[in-house]
Amino acid sequence: MLAFTIKRTFQSFIVLLVVGLVAFSMFRFVGDPVDNMLGQERTGADIERLRGVLGLDQPFPVQYFKFLKGAVQGNFGVSYRQGRPVSEIISERLPATLELAAVSAILAVGIGFALGVFVAIRRDGWVAHTIMTVSLVGVSLPTFLIGILLIYLFSVELNWLPSFGRGEVVMVGEWRTGFLTKSGLQALILPSITLGLYQMTLIMRLVRSEMLEVLRQDYIRFARARGLRDRSVYFRHALKNTLIPVITVTGLQLGSIIAFAIITETVFQWPGVGLLFINSIQFVDIPVMAAYLMLVSVMFVAINLIVDLLYFAIDPRLHVGRSGGTG
Amino acid sequence: MVEPVLSVRNLQVEIPLRKSLLRPVDNVSFDIAPGEILGVVGESGAGKSMTGNAIIGLLDRPAHICGGEVWLRGQRIDNLPPEAMRRIRGKGIGMVFQDPLTSLNPLLPIGAQLRETISEHLPVSNDEAAARAIAALEEVGIPGAARRVDAYPHEFSGGMRQRVVIALALCAEPGLVIADEPTTALDVSVQAQIIVLLKRLCRERGTAIMLVTHDMGVIAETADRVAVMYAGRLVELGPVREVLSAPCHPYTIGLMASTPLASQNRKRLNQIPGAMPRLDALPPGCAFQPRCTSAREVCGQGVGPDLTAGDGRAACWFTQAVSA
Ligand SMILES: Nc1ncnc2c1ncn2[C@@H]1O[C@H](COP(=O)(O)OP(=O)(O)O)[C@@H](O)[C@H]1O
Ligand SMILES: [Mg+2]
Repeated sequence: MLAFTIKRTFQSFIVLLVVGLVAFSMFRFVGDPVDNMLGQERTGADIERLRGVLGLDQPFPVQYFKFLKGAVQGNFGVSYRQGRPVSEIISERLPATLELAAVSAILAVGIGFALGVFVAIRRDGWVAHTIMTVSLVGVSLPTFLIGILLIYLFSVELNWLPSFGRGEVVMVGEWRTGFLTKSGLQALILPSITLGLYQMTLIMRLVRSEMLEVLRQDYIRFARARGLRDRSVYFRHALKNTLIPVITVTGLQLGSIIAFAIITETVFQWPGVGLLFINSIQFVDIPVMAAYLMLVSVMFVAINLIVDLLYFAIDPRLHVGRSGGTG
Repeated sequence: MVEPVLSVRNLQVEIPLRKSLLRPVDNVSFDIAPGEILGVVGESGAGKSMTGNAIIGLLDRPAHICGGEVWLRGQRIDNLPPEAMRRIRGKGIGMVFQDPLTSLNPLLPIGAQLRETISEHLPVSNDEAAARAIAALEEVGIPGAARRVDAYPHEFSGGMRQRVVIALALCAEPGLVIADEPTTALDVSVQAQIIVLLKRLCRERGTAIMLVTHDMGVIAETADRVAVMYAGRLVELGPVREVLSAPCHPYTIGLMASTPLASQNRKRLNQIPGAMPRLDALPPGCAFQPRCTSAREVCGQGVGPDLTAGDGRAACWFTQAVSA
């Protein structure tokens, strides 16, 4: 168990180093921030001075090392656009994204699992058929289109829910939350559905197919032959075996919820890190882009690590060194 | 005569397919007395598993019983509602499947699988169910049962897992066990042990066994009576010694000639020429007639013979005429 965790942590570390290199390379190869920051009326001296301030005049390895050192400390330098530390900007924006992603993830995993199990158990019923047909829409429509359709229906036509922003937010310590006000919660509904719908349908369809596969297994037959109740057969025997193949994909999907948040945040003008990223692309604000990239990859890696550990918790076959089998 | 524990009457199973209607079990009738071991033989695809699954009510859609009756200790069970049938599975009829590697849930300790089965069928406390689970493992010869009750299936070898499967099949004390090729997937070296174990446990409890197997040697040593199936029909049924030493049906005769038996010193084994017909292309009359050396005109006509004619040993016009 310990060796396994150490190995996985080490792998994660390598992944982050590589992503760090990519993020850092942007500094060298994507646009020239000095152009943007100084505008039209600049002198050669201005450019040199700014390069010195930003550290852009130093050799590549030195810059990379400084970047890594800063990144580990959560220091990504100063935003070219806002002139403030990136870490400050990000930590202001992060709660919005995390709250949106968390609600979407709960929707996607909770409803996706429940529906998946339902359509697997009642696979020949008309309800299950209807759900499966409707879910095709969820998988095939692009996120921004779903967002726009929801806005059109619930904001423009029915005028029930806000079409942009976070509503009223409350500071809880450093954390700016929308969970505590009515308008904050209302503002969460459409974006989180938009963000979670694709993942939800995907998880549902995956749970369904894996569960049907598990239900064909001999041990399910044998559980039935022993006279166990349907409830026990489905939820005690089948569901747990369904989890194993589903967990990996679900982990990846949760990671992509963070990534896809860029689109949803743009559609709903949601003041999170995704929107920040889009805005910083327009301005070639590379420190912000690099920090965002690192942040997303840290989350991906963390989710993967958690998935691996969950695997371990669920599947006893991975536990080596228990009372060995003889026979 | 004592009341049979299981009585199957004219059982028919059909599988409606898009283009055809298959009859994997056709007009099968037999009884099993309490404590008796009925061996069921026949080549692959003869309908042995279908018969067993139909009896225990676990046919996979679209297969279903379309005729006949199944009686368990005087209760008709083929038309029971699902919940009533569920209660009979495990408690009235136990089942042992072919492959012990896949019969056990890999994510649950074997003890948990035993306890849930015991608690489902017997009015016992949790503590008592736990104690019985350990006792059941001891009885099937799992060394260190009290210690290994919380082990997972993958921690046991194939032979040990089949012992666990047998413990599971017997733990609610059914009067009948259907064992569908219980040793086919096992190492040759442990096959005999498993059969001996199954036989001993059932004798101790007075449990009857419907033992499906390919192995004539196992039948010879274990079964009281033997039923021979061919293309979904029962072609011969009788006491094991008589059927093995003096088979009546040409198919059984061919089967005996093609199986090596320790007790019989055959110079060479003769395969029956041809193959069992597919279910969607059954010949008229007797299904074995195209391969039968004794076939006459009558064999290819009508609905074919059944066991109820003649002396009830074999479904064959030829032997029935001979013995009549
Ligand atoms: N779903 C199905 N569709 C068509 N034929 C089937 C299906 N399931 C089983 N069969 C046929 O039913 C017959 C009986 O199978 P089975 O009872 O498993 O044979 P056995 O156990 O004697 O080897 C076989 O010929 C098999 O091809
Ligand atoms: Mg079979």
